[in-house]
Amino acid sequence: MTEAPIVTVRDLVKTFPVRGRPGEPKRTLRAVDRVGFDVLRGETLGLVGESGSGKSTTGRMLVGLISATSGTVELFGHHIAGGAEKGALNKVRSRLQFVFQDPQNSLNPRMRVGDAIAEPLDVAGGLSRQARNDRVQELLELVGLPRSCGDRFPHEFSGGQRQRIGIARALALRPDFIVCDEPVSSLDVSMQAQIVNLLLDLQEQLGLSYLFIAHDLAVVRNISTRVAVMYAGGIVEMAPKRDLYAAPKHPYTQALLAAVPRPVPGRARAPSVAGELPSLIDPPKGCAFHPRCPFAFDRCRIEKPRLNPVEGGHAVACHLHEAGGSGTSAL
Amino acid sequence: MTDLALGSNRPLELAERRRFLALRKLAAHRSFKIGLLIVSVLVLAAFIGPWLTGIDPTSMRIRNKFKPPSDQFLMGTDNYGRDVLTRVLYGGQLSLGIGFFVALLSGIAGTIVGVVAGHFRALDAYLMRVMDALLAFPAILVAIGIGAALGPQATSIVVALAVAYVPRTARVVRASTLVIREMEYIEAARVSGASNLRIIVKHILPNCLGPLTVQLTFVFAYAILAEAALSFLGIGPPPPAPSWGNIIAEGRDHAVEAWWIMLFPGIAISLAALGMNLLGDGLRDVLDPRLKIES
Repeated sequence: MTEAPIVTVRDLVKTFPVRGRPGEPKRTLRAVDRVGFDVLRGETLGLVGESGSGKSTTGRMLVGLISATSGTVELFGHHIAGGAEKGALNKVRSRLQFVFQDPQNSLNPRMRVGDAIAEPLDVAGGLSRQARNDRVQELLELVGLPRSCGDRFPHEFSGGQRQRIGIARALALRPDFIVCDEPVSSLDVSMQAQIVNLLLDLQEQLGLSYLFIAHDLAVVRNISTRVAVMYAGGIVEMAPKRDLYAAPKHPYTQALLAAVPRPVPGRARAPSVAGELPSLIDPPKGCAFHPRCPFAFDRCRIEKPRLNPVEGGHAVACHLHEAGGSGTSAL
Repeated sequence: MTDLALGSNRPLELAERRRFLALRKLAAHRSFKIGLLIVSVLVLAAFIGPWLTGIDPTSMRIRNKFKPPSDQFLMGTDNYGRDVLTRVLYGGQLSLGIGFFVALLSGIAGTIVGVVAGHFRALDAYLMRVMDALLAFPAILVAIGIGAALGPQATSIVVALAVAYVPRTARVVRASTLVIREMEYIEAARVSGASNLRIIVKHILPNCLGPLTVQLTFVFAYAILAEAALSFLGIGPPPPAPSWGNIIAEGRDHAVEAWWIMLFPGIAISLAALGMNLLGDGLRDVLDPRLKIES
């Protein structure tokens, strides 16, 4: 783990202005609140959270689809947020890509699949017609589709096949880092496994790194090296996969894991965490999770916990697990 | 890889079938077929018909004036003894031509305004307020104003009507653009570094084409009606060159004794407007899959 990370994110913040009634004070929605993480070469960082926890916004900021309000994103040694952005982003553009959630609208219905896959090649330019078409066929084969189907339109494919096409498009320029924004959430379970396996195979073959965004821990478990759990815009826990699933430290992670359905007959499901995600416009004081947390104490209502390392790459943002209160296992 | 249900032995056949699906749907659409028939008959009549009758539409024979429809003059003659049939056929060239060019011009201008307003959000408010201002006047009033300012020529009518119908086209294109720009394939193009121009040309315009085509068939129909109205008010294409509108305008003074002068161009206008509307309805049904297709 001595190698420098290919992606370094520090204190990333994104706020959106909220349009109120005229006369009301201007308010902002804090979608992403001081998020920081690294992604190493060849690894997959799983990013898990509920809808509205800021995980997709984070992913989009990494590829420049959304500009960050503050904080830094460093990709392959180039700062793309918080500094001279446009030029730097173009330098690394070919090395990073994005796989989208919805295969229904991630492909232009009026564009042939082959042209969609070749779009990154066409934009980058410098390839002969023949070389371009060869590359498209190669990519189709790589994602397990017939070489001949580049002439067809997206509506001729199933959801799983379209997701393969989306992956082929992402691979066109041989990127090093791919943000996968819930790539399997809109597929049925058997298809999910196929796409996850495809992503794993490609990672092995091509040495890719992924930021894999998902809303349930079960999917992330198969693909991730490390997992980060987001809540209300911030990362509450980050740990190597094995540690996180075996010994979750944050009460929110514990509740999420308890909510994963297990194929054990007769056993009642543990109650999931009560309440809803807090308002991001008017977040609770102190720890964002305290209104729902069964272990909350006075400090949680006043002071926001920081993400602190506890042991062996395991970090958690919870007052229960700070140096002073070590050993106060919530379990 | 069980999701690979694509039959590898007949992929071409499937692809081709899909490509012609829209055409086949159109061919099965009753009102589209009727509309197409009416419009083609009118276009053929206007551009081939005069050649068959072989009469000059402006040649006057006072001796023949106010002849009712008969074997010799199928649609009668007017106050100067000109053959109304010939004039209606020639008038079709001008009226249909005006309709076509109005649709074309307002289509081009409206698409540019609509895409720019929809894609570059900062400009949206300014452009669309201008469009709203234009839309606040009845289209015919805008056209009268511009037509009067430019003088009575066929080209000024085309410009006047095109300007009057730009806001409608722009709104349709803007609405489509607003939907399309939120699609993930636009984001995918951005991640790949595609320029705004590429996104507009490759992704937005092809997906606007359906609603735009439908809108333009209606603009075509409105333009033919508006040309008639303008001619009736005396600011249409100037006589003696016939258009459907100015034949009616000239026949107005003799409506009681020679009803046929106004009747036949009136029928032509109604048919053209009806045909284009049916055509547009059919296109809308086929191009917009959300609407159910009546057979």
